[in-house]
Amino acid sequence: MTNETLPIRSDNDVVMVRQRVRARTVELGFSLVDQTKMVTAASELARNTLRYGGGGDLRVELVDSGIRRGLRLSFIDQGPGIADIDLALTDGFTSGNGLGLGLSGARRLVNEFELESKPGAGTRVTITRWK
Amino acid sequence: MERIPILRMGDSLLVTIQVDMHDRLAMTLQDDLTTAISRNRSKGVLIDISALEIVDSFIGRVLANIAAMSRVLDAETVVVGMQPAVAITLVELGLSLPGVRTALNVERGIAMLSALSTPVMPENLLDDE
Repeated sequence: MTNETLPIRSDNDVVMVRQRVRARTVELGFSLVDQTKMVTAASELARNTLRYGGGGDLRVELVDSGIRRGLRLSFIDQGPGIADIDLALTDGFTSGNGLGLGLSGARRLVNEFELESKPGAGTRVTITRWK
Repeated sequence: MERIPILRMGDSLLVTIQVDMHDRLAMTLQDDLTTAISRNRSKGVLIDISALEIVDSFIGRVLANIAAMSRVLDAETVVVGMQPAVAITLVELGLSLPGVRTALNVERGIAMLSALSTPVMPENLLDDE
């Protein structure tokens, strides 16, 4: 299994992201619940990249800690960035018209979550789920 | 343009979602259903999501909107067939679909809709709200 980069520039790309992430979690032998959690988190973050970041890319990496394998997804955009990261991670906070569960919800569905962002310099959200 | 078909079944509407919907398609379904409820004077809407492999916050919101809009139009919505893995993920995501009635499968959903459309007694009307 090789690493790959997928574009996130349209609604259809978000669907493609879900399908690729599903295929990767199946290859890794994730349980159905774990597959569903990772795909759902990917869907939330891909939508954020599209809506708030103005589009971007997803890097898909297979990671190996020596004792276990996992899937790492990095959502990268060159959009306006996030001014207040703590606020953005609060349940129910939204700068758009969503439910405000995208970031905070995705964080609950994965094992590791990292958010780097600076106003004007884009956003990178990295999530990892171990088998 | 791609659309999710809406079937008429007596005074109810039946929708079976069989594709991985992109966001615009989900919004189109929301609009089409609202129009169909009003045009057909439907009393119930049954949405079968057994083929859906995930429900994220966007699809969750669309389902909640459909339930709310149909209620305003005097119809009830029942969402049926949610896969267990989807239900587990949805709750962990933080979504509990408030205001959305659910049933395990189509059969139970139809039973729920017909129970809901049975004429209510006056005292029940007073209890409402």
